[in-house]
Amino acid sequence: MAAIEILGLEKTYMVGFWRKRPKRALEPLHLTVEEGEIFGFLGPNGAGKTTTLKMLMGLVFPTAGTARLLGRAWTDPEVKAQIGFLPEQPYFYDYLTAHELLDYYGQLSGVSGPDRKRRIDEVLARVGLTDIKGLQLRKFSKGMLQRVGIAQAILHNPRLVFLDEPMSGLDPLGRREVRDLIEQFKQEGKTVFFSTHILSDAEALCDRVAIIHKGQLRGVGEIEQLTSSVQGKVEVIWQGTQVPASMKALGAECHVTGDTVRAVLAANQQDAAIDALRREHIRLIAITPLRTSLEAYFVEKLQHSQTAAGTTAGTAAGSNV
Amino acid sequence: MTARIVHIARNTFREAVRDRALYNLIAFTLLLSGAAIFVGQISIEIERLVVVNLGLTAVSLFGVVIAIFIGIGLVSKEIDKRTLYTVLSRPVRRWEFIIGKFFGLAGTLVVNTFFMAIGVFGALLYVAHKFSKPDALILVALYFIILEFLIICSLALLFSSFSSPLLSAVFAFSLFVIGSFADDLRGFARLTHGFTRWFATGAAYLVPNFSTLNVISQVAHQQPLRAQLILQNSLYALFYTAMALSGAVLIFERRNLK
Repeated sequence: MAAIEILGLEKTYMVGFWRKRPKRALEPLHLTVEEGEIFGFLGPNGAGKTTTLKMLMGLVFPTAGTARLLGRAWTDPEVKAQIGFLPEQPYFYDYLTAHELLDYYGQLSGVSGPDRKRRIDEVLARVGLTDIKGLQLRKFSKGMLQRVGIAQAILHNPRLVFLDEPMSGLDPLGRREVRDLIEQFKQEGKTVFFSTHILSDAEALCDRVAIIHKGQLRGVGEIEQLTSSVQGKVEVIWQGTQVPASMKALGAECHVTGDTVRAVLAANQQDAAIDALRREHIRLIAITPLRTSLEAYFVEKLQHSQTAAGTTAGTAAGSNV
Repeated sequence: MTARIVHIARNTFREAVRDRALYNLIAFTLLLSGAAIFVGQISIEIERLVVVNLGLTAVSLFGVVIAIFIGIGLVSKEIDKRTLYTVLSRPVRRWEFIIGKFFGLAGTLVVNTFFMAIGVFGALLYVAHKFSKPDALILVALYFIILEFLIICSLALLFSSFSSPLLSAVFAFSLFVIGSFADDLRGFARLTHGFTRWFATGAAYLVPNFSTLNVISQVAHQQPLRAQLILQNSLYALFYTAMALSGAVLIFERRNLK
């Protein structure tokens, strides 16, 4: 069953003093996330990630479209008992202690008394806050608040967890801990939908990702599938200290290290490179396809959209003339 | 449903207490004990009158200030600080949040009034040395003051649901001042004619009638109060509060939390 089905959700804000000027925050979005997946929602700042999450949480109303969460309408309040949400840069009632905050949220989520007490202790231990559970949140650092945020998101043992920029503002150790937690969620069978602009996190964690830019979905799929769509390169390594002229002619970037040479060239030049090395009687050591990183794919998608926008603007300007 | 409202109300009460809203009681105690001692020394025969007047007026004003200054931030502060996000992403309806917030603030004011009432009765005992039967009317005046707080809380919440804290404070305080002269406004409306009369009458009935809830002077002078007035005021406050809260819910149900 699909955990999340987004069916054309879109959002246009009316801005300006008289609220008459429309500003498109999200183009109609169609997206499906299967149960048990870790799904990354990627995009630069202001791409529409948080708007999408807020709409799914019922905090912002869409201009059009609908969505289903765990098979039920996203507006159904009862479905939220099965959902956990960590907002971006979370802020909590700072007059409460971590324990009191979780108790309050547990009550609102309908977790019964004895179960609530057990769950609070469990999640506090899980995010490493047991020792300071009696400290008021106003004394917490940003990283500690992020942990509280994760604790409250999983307190009621939800099937579906939404995390908005869960690693933002964390130190490397904190990021690692959050990554480990997200991996644990997957092992527990939870579906995780998280937005981020830190691509290495998405690459390390996600089964699938979607890329959004300027409110438009630019690509969605498994990371390998997406990156293979970008033209790849191969790495050719041979023994020796010389770079034949024929290899240079193929446009290879060559680096000599000790008695080996490493060349990187376009994948479609691979056969020509092998032939060139054979002709020179050079001993080939390895040929490895270089996997395009998610970052390369991401940058290409963004550049592509900017070029397209530029072309459209240019065409529009041309037609005006 | 009811449980969630209770939890939100309890948390609102806890916030007010931890944010030291009840510290006003210290100022109130100092004011009243100072006044009681002072009045006891300078006045003859009117100690009771002065203490009841001063005490109940202070209860009312302290409460109104708390109701406005906490009430205006009840919703807007939660939006600004984004604490609302983790509440509304749970199975909490928006109307439950508003009603829970209202009861939380109302509860804070009732507790506050309870302690101030003890202060008033303490000061009265100090100057009069004993209680008399008409002193029971002070309880009625306190009840009306609580009704007044309920209306102000609901209005502050209404303004807080669509406007900034500063504007909400201005609106709520203005309505409190105008509402305190509602009887005069109605009297003025009766003296006018034509469109002005329609307009003035409409405005006079639209603003909350706080003057009918103010029986401090009568109680201080030990004048009896009609039982009918208690019923009328109760129904009026209930109706007005329900209307203001409905407005707050209607606005908040449609609000985008950017």
